[in-house]
This record gives sequence, structure tokens and C-alpha cells, in this order.
Amino acid sequence: MTTTSATVSERASGGSAADSSSAAPARPRRRRRVAHAARRWTAFGFAAPLLAYLLVFYAYPLWRNIDLSVHDYNVRAFVQGNAEFVGFDKFVEVFTADSFPTALLNTAVFTLVSIAFQYGIGLALAVFFHSSFRLSGVLRALFLVPWLLPLIVSSSTWAWMLNSDHGIINSVLEAFGGSQINWLTSPDTALTAVIIANIWLGIPFNLVILYAGLQNIPSEVYEAAALDGVTPWQRFWRITFPLLRSVSGITLLLGFIYTLKVVDVIWVMTTGGPGDASLTLSVWSYREAFGTGQPDFSPAAAIGNLLIVIALVFGFVHLRLQRNGDKS
Amino acid sequence: MTRRRPWWKTAIGIVLTAFMLFPVYWMVNVSLTDAGDLRRSDPSWFPSAPTFDGYTAALADQLPSLGTSLLIGLGCIALTVVIAAPAGYALAILNLRGGRSLNFLLLVAQMVPAVVMAMGFYAIYVRLGLLNTVWGLIVADSTIAVPFGVLLYSTFMMGIPRELIHAARMDGAGAWRTFTQVVLPVSRNSTLTVSLFAFLWAWSDFIFASTLNRSGEFIPITLGIYQYIGNNTTQWNAIMATAVVASLPAAILLVVAQRYVAAGVTAGAVKD
Repeated sequence: MTTTSATVSERASGGSAADSSSAAPARPRRRRRVAHAARRWTAFGFAAPLLAYLLVFYAYPLWRNIDLSVHDYNVRAFVQGNAEFVGFDKFVEVFTADSFPTALLNTAVFTLVSIAFQYGIGLALAVFFHSSFRLSGVLRALFLVPWLLPLIVSSSTWAWMLNSDHGIINSVLEAFGGSQINWLTSPDTALTAVIIANIWLGIPFNLVILYAGLQNIPSEVYEAAALDGVTPWQRFWRITFPLLRSVSGITLLLGFIYTLKVVDVIWVMTTGGPGDASLTLSVWSYREAFGTGQPDFSPAAAIGNLLIVIALVFGFVHLRLQRNGDKS
Repeated sequence: MTRRRPWWKTAIGIVLTAFMLFPVYWMVNVSLTDAGDLRRSDPSWFPSAPTFDGYTAALADQLPSLGTSLLIGLGCIALTVVIAAPAGYALAILNLRGGRSLNFLLLVAQMVPAVVMAMGFYAIYVRLGLLNTVWGLIVADSTIAVPFGVLLYSTFMMGIPRELIHAARMDGAGAWRTFTQVVLPVSRNSTLTVSLFAFLWAWSDFIFASTLNRSGEFIPITLGIYQYIGNNTTQWNAIMATAVVASLPAAILLVVAQRYVAAGVTAGAVKD
């Protein structure tokens, strides 16, 4: 880092300085050092708004969140600011709660099933659209629509489509001889219903990233394969899929981190219910803090901190993968 | 590309797209349906007798929240660009000390769940009296876009030819003039992409709106829809009409700025 900045500042100080330095090495070096320090402060000055912003609007809220989780905050203590320090009691309360195993399992199912389908469907579509046909550009752009809509719009539309009595999905099922499914109100199907909606939401993101990854594969590779007479099936499994490995890793991990955070979709469709049937950790945290008439911030913050830890663990995996990808 | 492009692929593509966009179609269909017909057990597939009742009701109730969302979106663009562009410049061109650590922090920042940020902001805003204010919501919403914006700007500025910067320096331009006269104009596309996403994310935000602005006088459109669902579960045509109106910015931006949308989605995930 320091070496690159030194060389750059040398280059930046222009041709004249470089010329004079060969003639009289001692004085310009000091001048260069002064210029170097000045440039450092300039760089810092341009980054200062961001650094202040991160401190006030990221670090401080996160600190407040940790603070909430180790105190016993109720609404009164919230306003007066005299909550009792309870250490890790709130974490213990969360881990031993009846909802905890359910929420943990639901989170695992929700994230893993969602990203498996989002990735699989996204990859199939990316390969399909990559074979560029008439209108492929326009259709690919249209596929972005679900991703751009406000989540509340998509989730309320899905909620109405999955409505037991008046929803189009049950109407179609019944037309084919099926029976009515209480998608959002039955504990057996609520989680499935929100997963379906969430898969739909995530397909565009996977499609766009994997498509960009496909475009980075040099066409010579395919031309060589065509000369060797490989079948399309072999071409996918032996060439495309292995060459997409690093892009796939990043897509899956970003998908994981996004899915872990999801609150809106589940909250609007089922509020985590019925009971705890579609409760994930994020939704649980939201429900404790804001979802009921009686806000319970301390356990909510404890769940939130747990979520950050999970996200960070996978984030480090992501960075490791990225770094390994850079090396190769 | 000398091969003939087969029509059957286009046909499959159209079917797949139609299938994917069905929920969007359904939203429009329901928004045009008469409230009485919504309660039938076999919903009609086409708006055979389209009515704009839903839209009339939606606009009568939700016009102020559309204005609020517009204001929040624009405020969020301004705040994000003002903070992200100089920071990108410092990281990419001025070789900020500790730049790698800052990049790393920004990546980590993007992993923090919004519900956690919402609780932190709530705790702070309660004390400062910033709950239920438009400004408070602009600041909270900008936290979604700022780390993304910095990373996008610095990635782009890294690619600006050094000769351009040197030429400006030779002409006697200081760091600030170089930034405003050379780097910013060249980074126009990045500014568009960052602005587009800052706006869309602020416009779509539900978590911050529903926590920091629950009983505000001016609520954003997402919260408007949510409260509509709660109060008004019989009039799904009006709810879906509001949803259609709330989707318009996304639709417009997709049509006029598709290039920037795709650039934003892949930024950071795929490197050339």
C-alpha cells in the first residue's frame, strides 16, 4: 500500500521534479516528503465525510444495539435511559425460548431452499439467454422487474394470489382437480408459501450476475470444444459450470446474506405465523421489537446480534473465496 | 453469430417471461377489477369490465405518501452522492491510507441486517426526537446505499486513466479542482447508477419506514400500502392500484436506464 502510494505521488509530482531529483537528490526528497504528507491529508479530507458518516450512522447504531442486548430495556427505561445491566441474560433468554429452535430451523430451511432454487433457476435462465436469440435482450430486461419492485408490492401481490378463497393459485389448482390449500393460514404450508414468493424475488439477481459471468467466458473455449464435438450437455458440465465456479460462489454467498436479512416478505405475508410456522430469526427480532403492541427491545437486539455474527461468518467465507479467486 | 437464430427459442423465452411476470400482470388485473368481483372464488383472468375505482380510491388516500416517498428518495440520492463520490475519489485516486481496511469495513457494513440498524436508529432517534421525521428516514435509508455507492465509485475511478489526472495537475489544478472538473464529469455513469439505486432502495424501504416513522404525519408509500392492507382488507383493487402506482418509478427507470440497472446489480459481484 505505502509503496504504491509513494510511486504514484512521485509520478504525480510531475516531470520537472523527477528531473531535478537526479541532479540534486537531497532537497527534493524532503520536498517530496512534505508533498506526500499533504497528499495524505488531502485524501483524508475527501474521505472524512464518509468516515464521520460511518461512525455516526453505522458504528453508533450498532453500538446502541449491543447496549440494548445487555440491558433490560422496556419502554419506560427506553425514555428515561436507566435500564438495568443484565449481561448475557437476554441471550440466554433467547436461546432457551420456545421459539428459538423453530426460528433457527425455519431460517435454515428458508435460506437454503430459497437460494438453491434461485441459483438453479437463475443459472438455467442465464444459459438459455446467453444463446442470444431474437428479443433475448428485451426479455432479459423484463426479468429484472420483480427485483426492482418494492418488496411490499410483490409480497402483497403474492399474499393475494395465495389467498385461500379468492386467490388465483387455488383457483388454478381446483380447476385441475386439486383441493383448496390454505397457503398462508395453515402451519403446514406457510413456510412453503413465503419461500415460493422469495424464490421468485431472487431469480432476477441470480440471472443477471450469472449471465455477466457467462459473458466473461472467452468464446474461444467454446469454439475449441465445438471442434472436439462435445454435446451441449457435456459443454455445460465440463466447461460452463467449472468456469463459473467463482462467480457462483459469490452469487450463493450474497444470496445467503440477503436471504438471512429478509423481513418484509414474510412479515407482510404471514407475520411469521400462524404461530411460529414461518418465523425466521430476522422476523422474530422484528416481531419482538416492533411487531407487537409491547416492544421488547432487549431480546430483539440479542437476536439481531446473533444474526450479525452468522452474516459475518459467511461474509468471511465470501472474502476468502474472493481472495482465492484473485490469486488464481 | 453467423448461425441462424432460431425462432423457437424466442417462443420459449416469451413463455418463460410471461410466466415470470404473471404476478405483475395479476397485480394490474386486480387493480382494474370491481371490488364486488374480487370475492368470487374463480377470479377472472382478464379485466373484462375494467374500472378505475381502485385508482380513484388509491390516489385520494395515498397521494401525500407518494410525495413523501419522492422527497425521501431525492434526499437519499443527495446524501449518498455527497458522501460516496469524494470517498471513492480518496480511495481510488488519492490512495487513502488504510483504504483496504475501509473497503473491508464497507463490505461488512452491507451485511448488517436492516432490522438491527432499525433498532439502533430507533434507540437513538427516541432520544433526539427524530422519530417520525422525514429527515430521520432519509438518513436511515441512505445507510443502505452509501457503502454500495462508495464501492461503485471507487471501482470505476480506479479505471480512470492516470494521464487524465496528471494532465489536470500539470495545468495547476489542485485536488478539489481535479475532483470537480475532471473526475466527477468522467464518472457521470457511476453517479447515475448510484443515484438510481439510492432512489429505488429508499422508495422501496419498508423496515425503516415501519419502525422509525410508524405514527408520523408524513408516511412513505410502502407504509401507506401496509396500513391500507391492515385497515382495508376488502378493497384489494385499491390496494393493488396503490401497488401499481408504487411500482411506476421502478418501471420507468427500467425503461430509460436499463444499462445502469444491470451495471449496479453486477457491481462488486463480477469482476472483469
